[in-house]
Amino acid sequence: MASVDQEEGNAGVEAGTDSQGRYDGAGSDSGARAAADGNRAGIGGMANPGKYGIERVAYWLMRLTGLGLLAYFIGHIYETSSILQGKMGWDEFLAITQTTEGHILLAIVIGMCVFHTVNGIRVMLGHGGVGVGRAARPDYPYVPASQNYRHKLGIYTAIVLAAIAMMYGLAVMFGV
Amino acid sequence: MALQAASGPAPAQRPGTQRSITLRIARSNPAHDRSTVGFDDFEVPYEKWTTVLDAILEVKKRLDHSVAVRYSCRQATCGSCGMMINGRPGLACFTKIDELNSSVVTVEPLQNFPVIRDLAVGFDSLFENHREVKPYLDRDDTELDNIADGELKEYPQSPEELEQYIQFANCIKCGLCNAACPTMATDSSFLGPQALAQAYRYVGDSRDRGKDSRLKVIDDSHGIWRCHFAGSCSQVCPKGVDPAMGIQMLRGYMLGFGGGSSGNNQK
Ligand code: HEM
Ligand code: SF4
Ligand code: FES
Repeated sequence: MASVDQEEGNAGVEAGTDSQGRYDGAGSDSGARAAADGNRAGIGGMANPGKYGIERVAYWLMRLTGLGLLAYFIGHIYETSSILQGKMGWDEFLAITQTTEGHILLAIVIGMCVFHTVNGIRVMLGHGGVGVGRAARPDYPYVPASQNYRHKLGIYTAIVLAAIAMMYGLAVMFGV
Repeated sequence: MALQAASGPAPAQRPGTQRSITLRIARSNPAHDRSTVGFDDFEVPYEKWTTVLDAILEVKKRLDHSVAVRYSCRQATCGSCGMMINGRPGLACFTKIDELNSSVVTVEPLQNFPVIRDLAVGFDSLFENHREVKPYLDRDDTELDNIADGELKEYPQSPEELEQYIQFANCIKCGLCNAACPTMATDSSFLGPQALAQAYRYVGDSRDRGKDSRLKVIDDSHGIWRCHFAGSCSQVCPKGVDPAMGIQMLRGYMLGFGGGSSGNNQK
């Protein structure tokens, strides 16, 4: 009965706990902990855009654009600090953004900005319990009320607005 | 009727009409060998009504008895048989092969839980987190204190008050939501959608008086604030609990947007 032994081992006094003392499902030795965490889905499982709905795609787009904007923000401060080297330094640095690559990068930043803002407003409303449906006795096939058209509409709106803003930005930058 | 049916041609048993799939079962035994995680393929016949659990039990009965799987009720009630079915968490007894529309059905142990062996995972963390949110009516008096005129009075509750939480009381602790959750995928200390939805089940119950102590447990960096409303938990829940809804309503309540029960909040 190897499986039963293992289960008892898991539940035993030596079971792994995290810093807050909360049981983390790992076994009593570090090897078992590794085996336990080996079944944790990890970063790839976190993104997993294929197996769940558009809500999951919006989730990782939100993370990606948040981190992308943070990176841009830091780069932006570095870029604008070139003003301290006078007009020459400023112009020199600005020239970097006046290339094809620079234009494409800025268009991506515009897209990230619009998606992150619009979807951010949707997420904040959702986090406050707005538009997530009402509790009710569920009936088979149990369509979850929180995954409703309002929030889907919010996600698609964020994507479409981001695409429009990117196209407008590209048109301005490339002077079409 | 039964005799007539028996004398006619046996339905679905005619040669050449039986369909079959390849059932790929993940095999591992971390207690003995942590490095080997493999798959064994089995050719299994199925009918319109064959569930994934039926197919696994067919393998155990005829092809390989050593496959480890946990199940009990076979009717989506006990919450034992959760596993990854073609990469998505599902109850094996509640998923029909026919509905998967796939000639290969891959079953793996539920993600985000430690593997005991093959398809069986340890639920200690699930139950521990569930316990942490105090899943019971928390109040100082008892039903007996309400005795008047020698009659036992129960805690009164209107049908409307019942509707506030009854959906969340459907949870069978199967852990599918925790397996689908993207936060659970990387944070082993996260309470998880199962426990958080159960916290709301009691916060939304007008008979409960333990909101403050319960909210203290979930107001934690690995508690409710780790939920990003990706909604995957609700998409896989086999009982219509909609944990994502419960969690957002709970957060709305904590942020002062309303929600929660109308019952008073004293302890
Ligand atoms: C008005 C504009 C913005 C709104 C409405 C907004 C809203 C939000 C919201 C609601 C979240 C949480 C998402 C979740 O729970 O999954 C978030 C995450 C985040 N935001 Fe923003 N945000 C805005 C602008 C920015 C800017 C300008 C930056 C960068 C400098 C930024 C960087 C981030 C980052 C790094 C995260 C964390 C991503 C994660 O861990 O998933 N945001 N934002
Ligand atoms: S909320 Fe649904 S998926 Fe999660 S444990 Fe309960 S019944 Fe299972
Ligand atoms: S065997 Fe009980 S839920 Fe599947």
